[in-house]
Order: sequence, then structure tokens, then C-alpha cells
Amino acid sequence: MRRRHFLTVSASSIGGLLVYTLDRTPGRVQAQAGAIKVPLRFFTEDEALAIASAAARIFPTDDSGPGANEAGVVIYIDRQLASAYGRDHYRYTQAPFAEGGPEQGYQGRETPREIYRAGLKMLGAFHTLAIPEQDRLLKQIEATVFFALLRTHTIEGMFCDPMHGGNLDMIGWQLIGFPGPRMSYLDQVDQYHGLEFRPKPQSLQQIVGRKVRPSEEDL
Amino acid sequence: MKRLPAVDVLIVGGGWNGLVMAKELATRTALKILVLERGGPRRLRDYADNMDELDYAIRLRMMQAIRDETVTIRHTPRDRALPVRQYGSFLPGTGVGGSGEHWSGIAYRYYPKDFRVLSHLTEKYGASRLPPDHALHDWSVTYEDLEPYYDRTERMMGVSGKAGNLGGQIIEGGNIFEGPRRAEYPTPPMKTPYLAAQFRDAARSLGYHPFPLPAATTSVAYTNPDGISRAGCSFCGYCERYGCMIGAKAQPTNTVVPLLARRKNFELRSNAWVRRIVVEGGRARGVRYVDQEGEEVFQPADLVLLASWTLNNTRLLLLSKIGQPYDPETGKGTLGSNLTHQVSAPAATAFFEKPLNRFMGAGSAGTAIGDFESLNHSQLDFLGGASIYTVCYGFRPMANFGVVPAGVGARWGSDWKKAALHYYDRTGRISLYGEHFAYRANYMDLDPVYRDRHGDPLLRLTIDWRENERRMSAYMTAKAAGIARAMGAVEITPFAGLKHYDATRYQGTHIQGGTILGANYTQSVVNMYLQHWRAANLFVLGASAFPQNPSGNPTLTAVALTYRTADVLVERYLKHPGALA
Repeated sequence: MRRRHFLTVSASSIGGLLVYTLDRTPGRVQAQAGAIKVPLRFFTEDEALAIASAAARIFPTDDSGPGANEAGVVIYIDRQLASAYGRDHYRYTQAPFAEGGPEQGYQGRETPREIYRAGLKMLGAFHTLAIPEQDRLLKQIEATVFFALLRTHTIEGMFCDPMHGGNLDMIGWQLIGFPGPRMSYLDQVDQYHGLEFRPKPQSLQQIVGRKVRPSEEDL
Repeated sequence: MKRLPAVDVLIVGGGWNGLVMAKELATRTALKILVLERGGPRRLRDYADNMDELDYAIRLRMMQAIRDETVTIRHTPRDRALPVRQYGSFLPGTGVGGSGEHWSGIAYRYYPKDFRVLSHLTEKYGASRLPPDHALHDWSVTYEDLEPYYDRTERMMGVSGKAGNLGGQIIEGGNIFEGPRRAEYPTPPMKTPYLAAQFRDAARSLGYHPFPLPAATTSVAYTNPDGISRAGCSFCGYCERYGCMIGAKAQPTNTVVPLLARRKNFELRSNAWVRRIVVEGGRARGVRYVDQEGEEVFQPADLVLLASWTLNNTRLLLLSKIGQPYDPETGKGTLGSNLTHQVSAPAATAFFEKPLNRFMGAGSAGTAIGDFESLNHSQLDFLGGASIYTVCYGFRPMANFGVVPAGVGARWGSDWKKAALHYYDRTGRISLYGEHFAYRANYMDLDPVYRDRHGDPLLRLTIDWRENERRMSAYMTAKAAGIARAMGAVEITPFAGLKHYDATRYQGTHIQGGTILGANYTQSVVNMYLQHWRAANLFVLGASAFPQNPSGNPTLTAVALTYRTADVLVERYLKHPGALA
């Protein structure tokens, strides 16, 4: 049995979420003291910290707004890797494996979990490095399958429906003015030409009024 | 092997073509009709909560399970084919309704010249202008033959749009280049989102003839001739890769399945994986399939219609050893020849100053021009035409975030993030759908190495672009960039160009060929009524019959051909079974 791991997130990063307004003014609300413990399904706590720090260099928190840390990208990645996706349920995995051309797509034998295991070795204690060193390290591994996957997952974790663990409090959607799923734009679709139409984001669960089962819970 | 009670008509595949055929036969005859669908059942309420990009557009919940079966792919007969291990250039659907559930709903007719492309090009430019290794064929069906069936398909689906040629009368605002149609579209055009309006105005200013995309997503509430009522589109943007939650997008489940559900002479079995068509003594006897419990059974039938999408139609005939497999070396054999896709490319990625609100829209809400479909090629270095268009399909943030102008060097970090945030809703795409000619070495056969979950060989695709498509896409890219400039784009990234066929870039689920129709059995697998030359009671429906891709999306034409076959079955074949041509 796997020992239970938790990612300890300071409440100031979680609690401050919704205060990034639509024009991206970082007006942070004072969070309650203490820490929030998120149970991990795949990573150990150290691994989660390393991945979270790397994702935060890809999509940093800066003067253009919040980033991967505030959106909980690492929680999204952890759940995906723990699920059928992490075991390569969505790929044809029969042998023989052979190196293909670039137009034949990824032909590797390694599952997403294995790619991350190899990536974590490259990252080491990434979260303990100073930021310039972190950036230098990521530059070195930019061409790897792991980095490409981490970058994709970081973007996914920023903008997924919150039921998948990322995009906490729809912070990613607020950043880009995406309202999430909505039933109708019949009265707006041929209006607002050249003007921002930015309804307040709502999650799928809020729209349909009940819990929706995400694919990572299936298998 | 268990032998099930015989049926009169057996249809393999519960997508558009299989279910439209079932509807025609079940409502017009008393025959006992069975549809076998490999995927699962569907109910309309399945789509009530499917507006999730990850599970539907990225994990592809509506597509065939690629872990069970895929294709292998290579560029030339000399290369080693490897499996497509994760979906890329096309997305075959599964379950009742097939790809007709997750499609965009863009519903083009083909142009009259497309049905006689070989004659047309030879007459105009001489045979010496044709690519030396082409495998072009005339269809043996003309636009005039098909026009009544196009009309029927459009009315069944409630296609929205604006006619450009009503019985020979040219109408501005529609596609003035289209073939004559007998009637206006059943529903008015879709509303025009901002990007599509900019495209329309820019195209007009350049002297082109923009028209609203024909959309099988009905623009207003509509009742079709079968008495099926559907709501008008609400532009939520969840069309392509999703099922329509309000039923505005025409799907088999909201147009033909409700009619079939009332018929006592109709049965649909889902989770039925057909492995072989059994033909003995020049007659189809039935099929062998693996049922829901995993048991392999034999289902006898008097009439067998194969409607399991382009690739599976071809593969099932190859696995069943029906017909002579095509050999690209000798040119002998017909089964598997004429594999085409479509020259589909994001011709110009345009960055604008103003926000576009691209989350609003529909998979078929857009504007197109037909001005480059019928060019004078005398002074050009390619043949064939393309539609240039923009569609506001409901921009998805997980897949699309991060596109920035070329001047932004970084792909991650603060600079990239800042630019990507700014441009996320200011990025539009001008796309092209171009004609893909058939070539002698683009074909399908069975892979010698890789197998599906039942141990059957995978289909092997050998496909690559030729100079003709590369030059065409370069020409169209320049035209698209011109339109983007006229739209006021501040930056434009033109399409990098077609090099080799790329199985990783999505190019539309529009694969044609393999069981092409034609005037004689030496060049084709089926006759002009889609009847197999070697077994009169076997028909092969769908775009596998197309000898080549004529630029537009294939669904409307495939379904129109199915209606035509249904008529000839009811009016001629069932009275006097036998060869129709």
C-alpha cells in the first residue's frame, strides 16, 4: 500500500484566488492563517513540489496575473497520472515499438507515468533551486518528451474545468476571459463585434446543477 | 459458432449512412432490418453534461477506442508503416450515430465539375497537365443525378444557408459558383459571429463572393419532412467533438433514430464488432461478429449493406477477402485504391487588435468563398480548387492557448505567458479545404505486423502529398493571408506549407476511397449504385466510394448517395434482385 502523501499548499495562495479581477488586478484578499492539505494520488510530496515549481516557471505568477501555482496545476497533473490516462489507456500500445518519423507521432513505449518518473529524475530537488537555476535547468531539458508533456499539462491544468483539479476557482478562465460552458449565446453571438463580452465564468457543475463524473474517476 | 435467426437486411455500422438507409427501408418496406453497431448505445440525454473539453475534445470520449484498433501509416510503399498510437489527423467516432454525432455540421455539396474531374481537367488543360502518377476517375454519377438527393438530405437535416444558384439563377450572397439547386436551403443562414463578419466584409472588399457556410446545425426551429422537430442553434460552441445537447446539430440520434425506434421491423444491436462479411458463391450470406458478451456469432441475411466508415469498409472487405486487393506496383486490383484525405490547413493565423469572443459560435457558423474552386489553371503551377473560409466553432482554451505571433520567441515563461494572454481571444484562423487528387501509390492494404484486439491485421495507409497539393496550399495560403490583411490583422503567421502527410496534425475526419464507385469492375469496387461488382446483394455505403476528394467535406454527398441507393433498392432491386449495372 502506498503511503499517503499530501501537498501542503499555503492558504494564502489558495485563499487569494478569486480576487484576481477580470482586468487582472492582483487585489489579494488576506487569507486565513494555516495550510491546506491536498491528498496526492500519484506523486509523493517532494515530487509534487518539484512538478509544481517547474509548472510555475512555465506559467509563472507575475505582473500579468496568477499562474500554475494559484490554479493548482500540479493537482490536475497528479490526478491525470493516477488515472487510466497515466497508464496509457488512450493509446495503442501493442509491440513492436520502433522509432518513427516526426509525422508518425510519439512511438515510445513509455507511459505518461514513466515519462514523469524519468522527468522527475532530471528535475531532482527542483523546488529548492533559485529561480535562475530553475530556468537554466528547464532550458536544458526543453527538447525532451517530458518537457513537452509537462508544458501541455500545465496549460491543460490552467484551463480545464475545475472538476479535473486544476483551474482552481476558474482562475485560468478569468485570466483569458473564457466563461466556461454556457447554454446559449443566441443573443450575443452577432453582437459585441470588436467588444469584450465577458460573462462571469461558471463550471460545468454549476451549469448543469449536479456533479459530473470526470474521466479520471472512471477507471 | 452460434447461428442467429436470419434477417432480411443487415447493415454494418450505425452512423449517418447505415441509419439513413435503415430508416428508408424500415419505413418504406416490411422487411426485417438489423443494424450492427460496434460502439455503445446512446440516448439524447447523454449530451446534457458533455461540455467538458478534457473528456470530450482531448480524451475523445466519442471516438473509437484507439487501444483496441488503429491504423498503421507510412508515406510510400518503401517505408516502414508504424501504428498511429494516439489520434491525430482524423477522429473516427463510435457508438450509435457514429461520427455523425461529433461532427461540425459543415454541409457542402460538391460542384458539378467534381463528378467528372478527369474529363473536365483533360478537356480544359490536356492530359499532359495532369500529375503523371494520378489515379483520377469520373464518378459515373453526375451532379444532376445526385441533385434531388442533395435536396432530400438537406431537408432531412434542416441545413441552413443561402442559395447562390437557384435553378440557374445566380443569387448574390450565396455561393454563386455552386451547381444549380432546385430549392432554397430549408433554413436561413446561421447568425454571423464577429470573425466571420470581418471575413465576409474583407472578402467582399477584395472582390470575392463570400457566403455563409452551409450548416447542418439548423439556424431556427425546424420540422423536417419526416415530422422530426428540432430547436434552432444557441451558439454555445460545443459542436465538433461533442454531441449537441439541444439537438440543433443534425445527428443520426436526433433525426433518424427517433423514427426507427417506432418501427417493429427494425432492430439495432450495439457493442457488436463485425469481423467478417461472409460471401459464398457470389452472394453475401451474412456476417460474423463478436457480441456484447464476447461470443462470436454468425448472423445470416439476404441483403448486406456495409456502412462502417471509409477505413472500416475497406478493412472488412480486405479481411473477408472479397474482391482483389489493389497493388500499386502493377495497378491491378481495386480494393484499397484511391485513398485520399483533404488539403486541410490553417492557411493564415491572424492576430487582431480587438477581442473576438471566440468562445461563442458553432462548428458550422462561418463564412467561405468559392472563388478559388474553379480557377483558370493555364498560368498556374497546380490543378484543383479550394474553399477558403473561417469558422467560429467555439474556441477551446486547453488545446488552443499559447499561440503567439512569430516575434515572440519564447514558448514558456513570463514573456510567452504575457503575449499568450493578450492574444488568446485576439487570434483568428483563415483555413482552407482543398481538393486532394488520387494517386497510384496512395492506397490501403492490411498491415503485416500490427493487429487489433481480436488479432485481426490493422489497416495500413500509404499516403503522402504530391507537388500539386503543396503548390496549391502555398497559393491558397497567400490568398488567405491577403484576406487576413484586409480584415485588419496586425500580425499574420502563414501556414508553413505541406511537406509530408502528417498523422499528428488534425485535418478533418474526411478520408475517402478504398471501395470506389465506377462504370466498370476493372477500375472500381462498386457500381454507381454502390453495389459490389462481385456480389449483387452486397452494397458499400459512405465516402469509401469517392474516387477522390473534391475539396469539400464529404458527409452531405455520402448521405445523398445513400438516399439514391435506397431508392434503387426499393424501386428496382427488391422487386428483381440482381445486378443493377
